Amino acid sequence: MRWKWQQLEEKIVQLFMLLSFALILFCLLLILYTIVAKGLPSLSWAMISQTPKGGFYLGKEGGILNAIIGSLYLALGGTLIALLFAFPLALLLNIYLSQSLWADLVRLSLDILWGIPSIVYGAFGFTVMIFLGWRASLLGGILTLALLEFPIMARAMDEVIRRLPPDLPRAAYALGSTNLETAFFVVTRQILPGLATAALLAFGRGIGDAASVLFTAGYTDRIPNSLFSPAASLPLAVFFQLGTPFPEVQQRAYSAALILTIIVLGISLSSRWLAHYLDRFSIH
Amino acid sequence: MSEIIPHLETQNLNAYYGSTQALEDVSIVIPRNQITMIIGPSGCGKTTLLKCLNRFIELEENARIEGKVLLDGENIYSPSVDVTEVRKKSGLLAQRPYPLPMSIFDNVAYGIRIHRLHSRGQLHQAVQHYLQVAGLWEEVKDRLHAPASQLSIGQQQRLCLARGLAVEPEIILGDEPTSALDPISAQHIEKRLIELKQRYTIVLVSHILRQARRLADYVIFMYMGRVVEAGPAHQVFNNPQHERTRAYLSGEF
Ligand SMILES: Nc1ncnc2c1ncn2[C@@H]1O[C@H](COP(=O)(O)OP(=O)(O)OP(=O)(O)O)[C@@H](O)[C@H]1O
Ligand SMILES: [Mg+2]
Repeated sequence: MRWKWQQLEEKIVQLFMLLSFALILFCLLLILYTIVAKGLPSLSWAMISQTPKGGFYLGKEGGILNAIIGSLYLALGGTLIALLFAFPLALLLNIYLSQSLWADLVRLSLDILWGIPSIVYGAFGFTVMIFLGWRASLLGGILTLALLEFPIMARAMDEVIRRLPPDLPRAAYALGSTNLETAFFVVTRQILPGLATAALLAFGRGIGDAASVLFTAGYTDRIPNSLFSPAASLPLAVFFQLGTPFPEVQQRAYSAALILTIIVLGISLSSRWLAHYLDRFSIH
Repeated sequence: MSEIIPHLETQNLNAYYGSTQALEDVSIVIPRNQITMIIGPSGCGKTTLLKCLNRFIELEENARIEGKVLLDGENIYSPSVDVTEVRKKSGLLAQRPYPLPMSIFDNVAYGIRIHRLHSRGQLHQAVQHYLQVAGLWEEVKDRLHAPASQLSIGQQQRLCLARGLAVEPEIILGDEPTSALDPISAQHIEKRLIELKQRYTIVLVSHILRQARRLADYVIFMYMGRVVEAGPAHQVFNNPQHERTRAYLSGEF
């Protein structure tokens, strides 16, 4: 009797797993299908190698190189700056503040920051920029994105470091390592795959975000040539083109979405590969 | 056995975890170039005592100690002493081997690099030397750059031995260093340790009385945080002075 029940339970659980897997796969394929079907026809070499020419937004010549380059600059800059603060904070949380009330407080703040909608970051960045007398610029966008990515990265890295087996730093201390040597030569080595994943997760979030760069980086048809010139971005390219009444331009919005998806997909696949490669040396 | 030349010495050592006392008034000497075995029933404070000898006890969140630990007559807990220097002077073999997350070569090279013990040109030779001393060289010489985690547990323990020796310690501490190993690997380690006592002072914790009889030159028997009896192995094993030691040795608890 009991045996039967267990078998039945097993079957039900398996069914649910299969269903949820099918659902996820279905959604993913549907999204991919939509952007490929609608975007591929207008995806051309010109789209990715030219900036918009006159009349581009009415359906004439040009491409979205401005947005591709702009997005890469914004997300790369934002990720690097976030990294500069997120990694040391994660180390601090786990090595110097471990198990103190402060650590819990910092984690709570990060979780709250993580949950704040990106439009709020955009508005905040915009307010600060007005206060400083800055105009919409690459730098403004990068700093706002860094702010958006920072809690994601810090928290993801914090979890990676928290899962570090305590015997590992001890093995290093036993050899007469200082705290600093232990942190940088041993602990970092062990958690590098996790750190890389955390950084790329934040990068993916940053490059796909429209709301935070809307006011802070602005939009321009030119490729930014300094930190103080405005910068276009792919999510906004999708947004603006989709908002026009012309079918050709709307179709280009989908091809911009396709390009963005390919970039994000490329990043996540290469991060998987990288994590796998680096993980060879980690101790499990 | 001739007269004892102390290498390490504890004086009135007390250790506490929070409010529970784990070591009570421990005063022992650890003779130079011999194998000292700390024995006693589970929970009697063997690991705690060992951790006091390389200041690992300070890594425990709630631990506190009183008293002195003298290494060549100098108190390792005095404020002027650098903790990394203390730990460098003793190689540690943990109960489970814990390789560093790097290649076999880099595991041994790590200590040499951070303490700058050899020049770059001599590094390879030094690594080879310590792997040979630990009896691992023949098995790994063709895959020095493979991840250390690929080695078997027994090989990992010998790697940890090589890694510990590479920082040029004076003392080797081992907390049941063979208990996670298969019998052959355990024998391997035992053999190495016997060879190594020519040059190092060795302190081991053991659960296994037979192992203690095989290896020990000097024995410390502990019970409930106190040292009941300490002395040369033949004396403690063959002619214990205390009733409790006698009972433990005859397997009564
Ligand atoms: N981190 C800790 N926090 C609190 N109490 C501890 C801690 N570590 C050890 N103790 C306690 O201190 C006493 C001595 O522990 P210790 O680990 O030194 O014993 P042991 O002789 O090594 O035992 P075993 O043979 O089981 O390894 C025990 O009562 C133990 O419960
Ligand atoms: Mg123990």
